[in-house]
Amino acid sequence: MGITLTEKAADHVRKFLEGRSNAEGLRLGVRTSGCSGMAYVLEFADKIESEDKVFEDHGVRVIVDAKSLLYLDGTELDFVKEGLNEGFKFNNPNVKDACGCGESFNV
Amino acid sequence: MALLQISEPGQSAAPHQHRLAVGIDLGTTNSLVASVRSGVAETFACRDGEHLLPSAVRYLACGEVEVGQVAFQAAPLDSKNTIVSVKRLMGRGHAEVQQMHLPYEFVETDSAVPRIHTVAADVSPVEVSAEILKALKLRAEETLGGELVGAVITVPAYFDDAQRQATKDAARFAGLKVLRLLNEPTAAAVAYGLDCGSEGIHVVYDLGGGTFDVSILRFSRGVFEVLATAGDSALGGDDFDQLIVDWMLQQASTGGDSLRGSRALLHQARDIKEQLSDAEQIDVNVERADGSVWQGELSREEFNQLADKLIRKTLLPCRRCLRDAGVELEDIEDVVMVGGSTRVPRVRELVGEFFQTEPLVSIDPDRVVAIGAAIQADVLAGNKPDSEMLLLDVIPLSLGLETMGGLVEKLVPRNTTIPVARAQEFTTFKDGQTAMSVHVLQGERELVSDCRSLAKFELRGIPPMVAGAARIRVTFQIDVDGLLSVVAEELSTGVKSRIEVKPAYGLVEGEIEQMLRDSFDYAKEDMAARNLREQQVEADRVLEAINAALAADGEALLSAEERVNIDAGLDVLQQARSGDQIQAIKQAIENLDQATADFAARRMDASVQKVLKGHTLDEFQR
Repeated sequence: MGITLTEKAADHVRKFLEGRSNAEGLRLGVRTSGCSGMAYVLEFADKIESEDKVFEDHGVRVIVDAKSLLYLDGTELDFVKEGLNEGFKFNNPNVKDACGCGESFNV
Repeated sequence: MALLQISEPGQSAAPHQHRLAVGIDLGTTNSLVASVRSGVAETFACRDGEHLLPSAVRYLACGEVEVGQVAFQAAPLDSKNTIVSVKRLMGRGHAEVQQMHLPYEFVETDSAVPRIHTVAADVSPVEVSAEILKALKLRAEETLGGELVGAVITVPAYFDDAQRQATKDAARFAGLKVLRLLNEPTAAAVAYGLDCGSEGIHVVYDLGGGTFDVSILRFSRGVFEVLATAGDSALGGDDFDQLIVDWMLQQASTGGDSLRGSRALLHQARDIKEQLSDAEQIDVNVERADGSVWQGELSREEFNQLADKLIRKTLLPCRRCLRDAGVELEDIEDVVMVGGSTRVPRVRELVGEFFQTEPLVSIDPDRVVAIGAAIQADVLAGNKPDSEMLLLDVIPLSLGLETMGGLVEKLVPRNTTIPVARAQEFTTFKDGQTAMSVHVLQGERELVSDCRSLAKFELRGIPPMVAGAARIRVTFQIDVDGLLSVVAEELSTGVKSRIEVKPAYGLVEGEIEQMLRDSFDYAKEDMAARNLREQQVEADRVLEAINAALAADGEALLSAEERVNIDAGLDVLQQARSGDQIQAIKQAIENLDQATADFAARRMDASVQKVLKGHTLDEFQR
């Protein structure tokens, strides 16, 4: 298992990372908050911590801390367009239910 | 699910708490909105894929409002109800907009703000501007998928208080929170990250469709100061198109200028110009009035020759700007190119030659201002971990007071960072003067009549004293929001008077937008006018003093002959004073000084005698 990226997502992440000088990769995570218990974290990673797991897909380094990985294992990160809006989407098989917009979720 | 963007390390927002902020370039011809997503600042397109929103607003009889391309296209057909270039009207008074020769019907209101009569309603420039902002806000919210927390809106560096306030009001009407107004050249510099580099001098060269602006900025201690601006409000990319049109007509020898104003031809010319930025040569076809077609070609070389004169015309303001800023060519770190016309390779070449440095062109010159504003908005909204980049605000135009003779004494020079407090002492002009009028002015010129009047109030209850004895301290205080309060205090008695100045619209007639430029253009004339006024004030003081002395001691101390002599001198000075010959006034004052020297000495003696009378020498020696 692990974390994967769609080609589209990888293209965008690579583009965004290009503009940064000291980025190690992309950090994915979860934290407790929000109306349904947990929320996703999507950040640039400037350093890798000892408890982090590092995956590589389509030439992009994805960094996830061990705790978050429990909730994210098997997730595919996608990049989609909805009308004028565009952004990243977590396809996470662990999610049981989510709030209306899907920004916070439960496993 | 909601679509996510990549945040800065440690800055992931809680769900439904995204701090979405945009930068808006509210332009005269076109407007843009941009934001930072996943660490990258980009402008947003509308559904048709267009990033530029024409700054045109059309009011329809049914009450509907069209904004952008649709309105822009309707402008020639429905000019009374379609407002274009509303930016030129922002913060102007009724009398000022009347002089602009615009196709709109202006309605005078009691509030000094002009309103434009349209089929739907009478609208103020602020409301028109708000429609453009609303359209951009909607586009941004659709693109970002959420509500905005605020916006950074750019304004020209030479915008005064009233114009800035009007821009803020427009944002409020549109339901946008203004995080900050940012000077356009500063935004361009931010887009290139010049605020993260070393301290230094930067030039922003902005050649738009119809206007040219050049600004010289100094970046130091985290603040961009606008050292000088210059430009030409009637020079831009459209002039390049016209050059090509003229060339086409001449080559095709159409005989006569019947096609000169043709829209189709202008359009064709613009295409040719744009293609010549990449291609070395372009085929050109011109259809003559008789239906025959002329076929030829225009090379970039030839176009450069045509354009050279125009481009060199922009270098004059550049030179002036350098001089005004007191900056040498070798001090310049970068030249930032802004405006679509800076895509023309020859423009880049000549500008680079002039400033002896390779201009910065990597960011789309149409979008660079909006992008800089977006970067600033991202910081102000709190999406950056270490927001060390916090540009401070500066006051755009100097603030001062009216002094005798209609002169302006500047208390707070422009570009002073706010908050700030400055004080200066003034005194009375006449014996026994018990009140003083305090007139607060904004502008760079020397004379009151050329500056903008912000407020007027009176300080009363000054104890009667001889002229020049009272000490009145006037303090200007400007808070972080740019709000000015003025306090006048007579120091011996502590009598105080104060006023809060809220920027008002249309207080002064004439070209406010030109105020800054004028101050440079008219520097020489202003100094001459100032010298004259100062001489006139001096003449008034002399006349006042001698007349008072004559009234007191003239009978007792002067012979008839002496009196005639002094009266003649007074007449000469009176006459010289109403003229404009500085030397003549000076001379008359000197002559009068000589004519009254004996009189003054005798008065002195008389008053000393008066004091000594009835006292012995011993009393004074003790």
